[in-house]
Amino acid sequence: MKKRLWRIIIGAVFFAAAMAINIDIGWLKTEWYKTALYLISYIVVGGDVAVRALKNIFKGKVFDENFLMTVATIGAMIIAEYPEGVAVMLFYQVGELFQSYAVDKSRKSIASLMDIRPDYANVKRGNELIKVDPYDVRVGDIIVIKAGEKIPLDGRVIEGSSMIDTSSLTGESIPREVEAGSEILSGCININGVITAEVTKEFEESTVSKILDLVENAGSRKSHSEKFITKFAMYYMPIVVGIAVLLAIIPPLVIKGATLSDWVYRALSFLVVSCPCALVISIPLSFFGGIGGASKKGILVKGSNYLEALAKAEIMVFDKTGTLTKGVFNVQEIHPEGVSREELIELAAYAESYSNHPISNSLKKAYGREIDSGRVKNIEEISGHGVIATIDERKIAAGNVKLMRKLNILCPSVEVDGTVIHIAVDSLYAGYIVIADEIKADSVQAIKELKKASIKQTVMLTGDTKNVASKVARVLGIDKVYSELLPGDKVEKVEELFLQKSAKGKLAFVGDGINDAPVLARADIGIAMGGLGSDAAIEAADIVIMTDEPSKIPTAMRISKRTLGIANQNIMFAIGIKFLVLALSALGITNMWMAIFADVGVTIIAILNSFRALNVRNL
Amino acid sequence: MKRRFILEGLGCANCAAKIEMAINKLDGVKEATVNFMTQRLVVEGEDEKMPAIIQAAEKIVKSIEPDTIMKRA
Repeated sequence: MKKRLWRIIIGAVFFAAAMAINIDIGWLKTEWYKTALYLISYIVVGGDVAVRALKNIFKGKVFDENFLMTVATIGAMIIAEYPEGVAVMLFYQVGELFQSYAVDKSRKSIASLMDIRPDYANVKRGNELIKVDPYDVRVGDIIVIKAGEKIPLDGRVIEGSSMIDTSSLTGESIPREVEAGSEILSGCININGVITAEVTKEFEESTVSKILDLVENAGSRKSHSEKFITKFAMYYMPIVVGIAVLLAIIPPLVIKGATLSDWVYRALSFLVVSCPCALVISIPLSFFGGIGGASKKGILVKGSNYLEALAKAEIMVFDKTGTLTKGVFNVQEIHPEGVSREELIELAAYAESYSNHPISNSLKKAYGREIDSGRVKNIEEISGHGVIATIDERKIAAGNVKLMRKLNILCPSVEVDGTVIHIAVDSLYAGYIVIADEIKADSVQAIKELKKASIKQTVMLTGDTKNVASKVARVLGIDKVYSELLPGDKVEKVEELFLQKSAKGKLAFVGDGINDAPVLARADIGIAMGGLGSDAAIEAADIVIMTDEPSKIPTAMRISKRTLGIANQNIMFAIGIKFLVLALSALGITNMWMAIFADVGVTIIAILNSFRALNVRNL
Repeated sequence: MKRRFILEGLGCANCAAKIEMAINKLDGVKEATVNFMTQRLVVEGEDEKMPAIIQAAEKIVKSIEPDTIMKRA
């Protein structure tokens, strides 16, 4: 790149000299050495382009940027328009240089994002610490992470405590505290203490590999704008070149008094504008900037097409638990009937002991003692209802009203804001427990901002009861709620919602990746929340939000809209200017200098404009 | 099967599009994408024809962008 820059500078000096000097030097006539200086400038600046053009002609490839530029410039010199000929080449090269600089810079900014790749891991072998490639570390190995080092593999802390910087993964600037027992994710940076951890995932399965893979392969799916512009370029160049040829030949033959050189000049202007590179480059550059900017905010987008689709989202469907609410349940009320409070919670905890569902976890937490799994037998889970299990030879049923009805057990109808678990012992009603979840701090704001950002309808799907669901929806201002859904019903509901959107509108589904992979896949845009650590979510989703904040969704929409806006501006601007200059050149109103601007100037402006997509600080 | 490559030195967006189009026309290729910004080529094609596809793809890359090197990713 430096060499190219020097060639441009030297060429420009010769060019300026040729332009500036206007008197005869001794016996040398002005015209002669001016021409000589122009030629030197041309060879210095554009020699390589001409050589490449020649080589390509021998390979049988004519429609090539190098060839067009060579023909346009040499043509201009043949009709004695030296300054234009050289200037076209000079500015073409400046444009090329600027392009490769811009692309390089953009690539580097993404590469810095990929700087999360760990180079080594300190593995404990006996009493020794050895540095090894993270690939060679196995599950169960003990690794030591010192202050300032990257965490090489996912693991669990067994000794030490420290502050962890997760910003490269989540965009979250506040460090997280870890201690013995905490899960740590690869790609984060250990700030102060020394921690010893047991590896829980091999490198290929670790978070850092998953994210790198996602980022590196982002954009293999192209946006409509990108597809449009490459298609456009495919037809644009040959058509413009064809018109240029006709323009040089026909008018001088048909129109009386038309001079050949005048029309050739007009045709050459066409050739200068015929290069579609400015268009083609500024679109992927915009999207790439948008994707890069989003990942700075902890939002990973799997391809330009999804970023584009998000701007057109009309219906946004949310899963409730873990998405809009924290997914952390706590036992709020215990209402025993005929048994003690302790016994009721014990029975409920045992009945749900096999499950990892947040509700069962909260029951186990409220019980507070070890579960002796030997006491539980014949567990039968009835999806969407609850569980029936035998505990100490007693038949325990724990679940919602539907379960009680199914078993013909009379139970009170409870009107509370929370999940109610009814418990029956040997077909006798024994009371209920109320468990409630908390709404995330930024959920209200997220829904409000989404409505501002052109989302026409917000919908919440949940397996929870109508009471709980409608209360959460009311607080958040969600338009439509479908409650008491079985996991399979969610896809069906989403199918129904598809019919309500306009033809061009998109439907997005936001879930936490647990149980909703099919819906994530079915929606136009699947957004997974809290992507860290959940492989299923990263696989199934199109957009992964690394933190637990729903407010990142309106942020993503704003990034998406702005990126799309920038790409559209570039398309309109570049095509508009090019067509305008083409029209003016054909009429002979403008000159080759205008054509140079339409080519190089437009490229530079479009590239600079696309750089704005990377700046997401205020979004 | 899917194969990923890095196109080192890919410097022209229009050429990237041309490379993509040419590889997509090869026999046995289901889908090929060239991402200009990440300099990546992903080819999905029939298993048996893969070696031939890769050879042909290398030729295409060389002829459209002589300074670009195709590497396994």
